Amino acid sequence: MLVALAIVLMVFDHRDQHLVHIRGYLAAALYPLQEAVDAPSTAGRWLTENLAARDRLIEENAGLKRELLLERGQLQRMAALEAENARMRALLDSTAKVGDRALIAEILSVDMDRLRHRVVLNRGSRDGVFVGQAIIDARGVVGQVTRDRGNSSEALLITDPDHAVPVEIVRNGLRSIALGTGDLERLSLPFLARNADVKAGDLLVSSGLGGSFPAGYPVATVQEVRGDSGEPFLVVAARPTAALDRIREVLLVQPPPAEVAAPPEDSPLPPPPPAASRSGQPAAPSPPAATAAPTPATSRSATVPAAAAPPATPPAAGPEQ
Amino acid sequence: MSRNRTSPVMLWVTLLGALALAIVPLPAAAEPFRPPFLTMAVIYWTMMWPRLCGLLTAFIAGLLLDVLHGNLLGQHALALVVVSFLTLRFHLQIRNFPLWQLTAAATLLMAIDTFFVFWSDGIAGDPTGGMARWATVPAGAVAWAPAMALLDNLRLRSENRSKRFS
Repeated sequence: MLVALAIVLMVFDHRDQHLVHIRGYLAAALYPLQEAVDAPSTAGRWLTENLAARDRLIEENAGLKRELLLERGQLQRMAALEAENARMRALLDSTAKVGDRALIAEILSVDMDRLRHRVVLNRGSRDGVFVGQAIIDARGVVGQVTRDRGNSSEALLITDPDHAVPVEIVRNGLRSIALGTGDLERLSLPFLARNADVKAGDLLVSSGLGGSFPAGYPVATVQEVRGDSGEPFLVVAARPTAALDRIREVLLVQPPPAEVAAPPEDSPLPPPPPAASRSGQPAAPSPPAATAAPTPATSRSATVPAAAAPPATPPAAGPEQ
Repeated sequence: MSRNRTSPVMLWVTLLGALALAIVPLPAAAEPFRPPFLTMAVIYWTMMWPRLCGLLTAFIAGLLLDVLHGNLLGQHALALVVVSFLTLRFHLQIRNFPLWQLTAAATLLMAIDTFFVFWSDGIAGDPTGGMARWATVPAGAVAWAPAMALLDNLRLRSENRSKRFS
């Protein structure tokens, strides 16, 4: 009978969202256990911070001040550029970019299923976290929140085999989708045609299509491009810019409420102006693909066919301009 | 002895310990070789205290592991219920085996556990991980003898204490 119960549970959990509450309660009950497992590493960091030599701290402080000065300097230019950008966008009558409010969270050092790339964050809906929220660190996109537990949440990293990020190449604005491979050092871009303009060393940034990830954050650098004759698509491997296996503190990027409401309205009628003006390309019919792709689909088969069909067009449109 | 008066506290303490060990961070290279601690604990207790630790305990423990691992609710619950049933069916024989045969039997049960989780992963369309996921079985076989020594120690202590108070 318990076997039947277990099977029924699995089916319900796979099919729909009825079990979210049960899972939430269980997870909240087990959170102290996760904190306890996390405690030794937290204590270790606390010890190294507190027992560090004074001159080392002074040195670190000086280094951080230098860094802050540099970043501040760049930020001044950024303010001017942002204002200019807003004016241009107003002229072009296109949508505003995502704001930059963010919430800092910590990743607990707790292992989950070893075949999936999931992590536990110490913030939940009580702190304003919501499912689907994008997570970045100092160097790039990390992943997105998949499950909320009230006082903590679960997130999927971009390298999980079920995850996909809509990206564009900074150099030429070519859009594609980066899929996780299950390897922390590798993303793959399987939907680039053989004549696509992509080289090793290209920086990929999030394109913002689909509304899940804000546009313009670095995702990965292309490492290897291989074109086997006879294959219609290139084999492109990229390495995530964020140090996914070493990060501790991450930023949860909060899109303004208007942006959160936007994607469902977009999907039936994809508006070409924002997409075209953002990347400077002829409008390609990719919004449907992008809206389908960034949500972490429970089954892989749901993600891939939706994503596979449309992105074949942007590469063809790219070289023409 | 009409009623087993041993207290189940030790059982739940070790099960929680096994759950904690199942999520302790390991270096990526050692990750595939993490022994299935919870399965080992469930096999041991079902074998030694069949009255206290049965199918329901295995089910609850499996459910908790599913929540901690963030995978489909019920995967480990199903696998552990099956393992616990098999252990319960044969516990009188397994209990009297010499250590090496006991290890072999436990390894077989752990392989069954891994197989059920693998199977449900495959049906649900989750990544199945290929051969790498079977590495936990030999790791569990290696860890069985020391784990059993530890659990024996805890069990005898707890049984002695309950005898003293009753």
